[in-house]
Amino acid sequence: MELKNSIPSGPIAEKWDKHRFDMKLVNPANKRKYDVIIVGTGLAGASAAATMGELGYNVQVFTYHDSPRRAHSIAAQGGINAAKNYQNDGDSVFRLFYDTVKGGDFRSREANVYRLAQISLNIIDQAVAQGVPFAREYGGLLANRSFGGAQVSRTFYARGQTGQQLLLGAYQALERQIGAGTVKISTRHEMMDVIVVDGVARGIVCRDMVSGGIESFTADAVVLATGGYSNVFFLSTNAKHCNVTATWRAHRRGAGFANPCYTQIHPTCIPPSGDYQSKLTLMSESLRNDGRIWVPKGKDDDRAATDIPQDERDYYLERIYPSFGNLSPRDIASRRAKEMVDAGHGVGERRNGVFLDFEDAIARLGRDAISERYGNLFAMYEKITGESPYDRPMRIYPAPHYTMGGLWVDYNLATTVPGLFAIGEANFSDHGANRLGASALMQGLADGYFVIPLTIGNYLARAPRMRVGDDHAAVKDTEREVKERLDRLMSVDGRRTVDSFHIELGKLMWDACGMERSAQGLRDALKRIPELREEFWSDVRVPGSAANLNQSLEKAGRVADFMEFAEVMCHDALTRDESCGAHYRVEHTTEDGEAKRDDENFAFASVWEFKGVGEAPVLHREHLEFENVQLSTRSYK
Amino acid sequence: MKLTLHVWRQDGPNDKGRHERYEADDVSEHMSFLEMLDVVNERLTEQGKEPIAFEHDCREGICGSCGMMINGVPHGPKSLTTACQLHMRTFHDGQEIWIEPWRATAFPVIKDLVVDRAGFDRIIASGGYISIRTGSAPDGNAIPIPKADSDAAFDAATCIGCGACVAACPNASAMLFTSAKVAHLGLLPQGQTERWDRVLAMVDQHDAEGFGNCTNHGACQEACPKGISIDYIAQLNRDLIRATLRAKPVEAGKDA
Ligand SMILES: Cc1cc2nc3c(=O)[nH]c(=O)nc-3n(C[C@H](O)[C@H](O)[C@H](O)COP(=O)(O)OP(=O)(O)OC[C@H]3O[C@@H](n4cnc5c(N)ncnc54)[C@H](O)[C@@H]3O)c2cc1C
Ligand code: SF4
Ligand code: FES
Repeated sequence: MELKNSIPSGPIAEKWDKHRFDMKLVNPANKRKYDVIIVGTGLAGASAAATMGELGYNVQVFTYHDSPRRAHSIAAQGGINAAKNYQNDGDSVFRLFYDTVKGGDFRSREANVYRLAQISLNIIDQAVAQGVPFAREYGGLLANRSFGGAQVSRTFYARGQTGQQLLLGAYQALERQIGAGTVKISTRHEMMDVIVVDGVARGIVCRDMVSGGIESFTADAVVLATGGYSNVFFLSTNAKHCNVTATWRAHRRGAGFANPCYTQIHPTCIPPSGDYQSKLTLMSESLRNDGRIWVPKGKDDDRAATDIPQDERDYYLERIYPSFGNLSPRDIASRRAKEMVDAGHGVGERRNGVFLDFEDAIARLGRDAISERYGNLFAMYEKITGESPYDRPMRIYPAPHYTMGGLWVDYNLATTVPGLFAIGEANFSDHGANRLGASALMQGLADGYFVIPLTIGNYLARAPRMRVGDDHAAVKDTEREVKERLDRLMSVDGRRTVDSFHIELGKLMWDACGMERSAQGLRDALKRIPELREEFWSDVRVPGSAANLNQSLEKAGRVADFMEFAEVMCHDALTRDESCGAHYRVEHTTEDGEAKRDDENFAFASVWEFKGVGEAPVLHREHLEFENVQLSTRSYK
Repeated sequence: MKLTLHVWRQDGPNDKGRHERYEADDVSEHMSFLEMLDVVNERLTEQGKEPIAFEHDCREGICGSCGMMINGVPHGPKSLTTACQLHMRTFHDGQEIWIEPWRATAFPVIKDLVVDRAGFDRIIASGGYISIRTGSAPDGNAIPIPKADSDAAFDAATCIGCGACVAACPNASAMLFTSAKVAHLGLLPQGQTERWDRVLAMVDQHDAEGFGNCTNHGACQEACPKGISIDYIAQLNRDLIRATLRAKPVEAGKDA
């Protein structure tokens, strides 16, 4: 597997411009002769499809949802970063770049991150022009707030529904192209595999989720915008259907998978209430702007929060990190919360949370101002817990939230399989070992609106063309493999439900490869996962038929892929014998208990090559050069 | 608590469908409504029966996937709450619950509680957007927008496309959904250029999809989990009249 990152030469600030000039263009009249498949209609997929349709390509887009607007991006709450410096507080493209590289604990690729910071400016303009109703000040200008890991106010937001509003903007742009006939959409179609002919991606095989039909679609290029894999943990803040199938299937066909062990735990989620818990709900990190995090100083304190006097409270983030305080980065805030709960300071009936308290903010700013900022989040919290955050502090606890790992891509967002691209959360590109808040929306839209529509043109203009008919042997073979696998799932007819396996796998992964990892724990997991996979394939029960809507079968296929994927995640975590960002190996900590990087040996992206189910994957390394940001130990004190 | 469920089961679009009765024991008040259904489905699967098909994804009231009639009310008894955000503490021990899909000609049943809402997407595709080519936007702060207008546009833009308004309406009209988009874009300066064409196209598409006419019942507003107001329908009607009058060519630069 060759890893050519295709970073343009020259000073970092000029690379993207230079690259755009060097790219080969597709003649406008020829664009409609090129077929491009896009899988996924979240921020990344919808923005890419809309833009490429507009440019004149013949685009076909797929989603397993009933409508593009349902993609998981819809749930993003807090905001989107951009280096507009509208607040005149010292922000700049370089500062956003710097913060992102530092926040990622020096495990991302400088050139990509710099481009992201540059493009951030255009995204806001684009969204405003589409009618995205961002928060505004009384003077009518755009408002900003601050987010974890930054000391400037650069986050744009639409109350607590930023993802919804940005996705609706992209969705509407996409629907406009669908109406205009430049983009065709297949909803309720789940991509099951990539068709690779002579090493080049030429299409996909889908299952029509209503009829059960297995259908192939061929094209000149395939773009995966299929989101992240946090649901490997079963319980996460991701929407229930989020899964790894698309990227995993691509990996099995030759696409390198980078940094699978970089998974982010979000510090502010509602703690689980019982065994039936089906997912976890995030309370936006923006709440940490005004909320103060604390636990009772005493252990097993049964008193109501309001009965605990100030001097018996430990505002531990403010105490340990005086300059960043409650706005410390996510990985740090999460680990500290776990420590507090493990040490017996947990709050709530199940003692599985810490407090996030708005009492001071309400006293300072008034209830109305707080409700204006967080009204819908408070209402959501109250619906779930039956408790009002206006009257008593929220209870929060970390939960799996975002996956920095993903398909390896070069500067052009191309995977190691020619013709196959990955954008949005599905790729590994910009966040290193830890993503800063409000940067995923930025990256998804940067990839979709501004990067892939250009870089794919460069690919198409250079790549030799080949028409692959529906009856090509590779198409037929891939279809047959997909069918056989589905038949196998249907025919096991065992005793256990798909969810019971998913829950078991999730717990295993959370314990071994969650917030903390140890060599021993990972080795044990690597023994257990293949056994569990065996059990799955011999004892799972999928009722109903494959020839119509069958939600159990859909889940079964996804869980089967998680069962394979989990292994490479653990291999990655084990091989990365250092701590960095969200990857916290208990063997590697500083004296203060912070992640201890080993730049000498691990300043690289791990890229895994598939060798077969149950076979050890092969590790390739992309060495990371830091020419513009000096490698330093992160400090948020 | 223990509950008795009567759930609509329908194998496919052409099946007649029927209610089936299930006993749900050990329901915790902290469960969400969908978690209660998950537990029922796990049991059905263990018994070798097909679980109840229902749509869901985010389970936090934002994606608009979930949606079912619960005791005859879209999304159930709690106002401003989607089915996924409804918690079992709203019900009491021993209660009987009837669960059915949205019923509307324009929302054909696919299976059990799952219906086809693609008509909503086609209404948006007909004009529910602002035409702005990627990359051609002016600076975000080039056009200040009074906070009140921007907030009002946001309120309209919070529609999640769930279809409860259609399910609640005796005419199965989708006017609340359509008007929310017309209002969102029409309240912003960026949305003015296409304002009149937009409303005409979207209302045409709405009718072509087989959604019924709005006769001002107001049931949609009651049912809407996002508090979308029927004032937007009045606004849409005003725009529609102006747009229809304008449909004749007018002198450039003159607003009708
Ligand atoms: C609760 C929550 C809050 C968040 N808040 C923020 C925030 O405030 N700011 C921020 O920057 N980020 C936030 N994030 C992260 C951010 O929302 C996501 O990273 C981002 O939206 C991912 O977008 P995407 O387009 O890559 O993928 P997604 O939105 O996940 O879309 C994936 C798409 O792929 C389709 N798909 C997947 N697999 C297949 C398949 N096999 N076949 C067919 N279709 C398929 C799906 O149908 C869907 O359309 C948040 C995340 C969560 C969970
Ligand atoms: S208007 Fe309300 S009820 Fe109708 S689709 Fe939108 S959110 Fe749902
Ligand atoms: S599942 Fe998303 S709104 Fe209910």
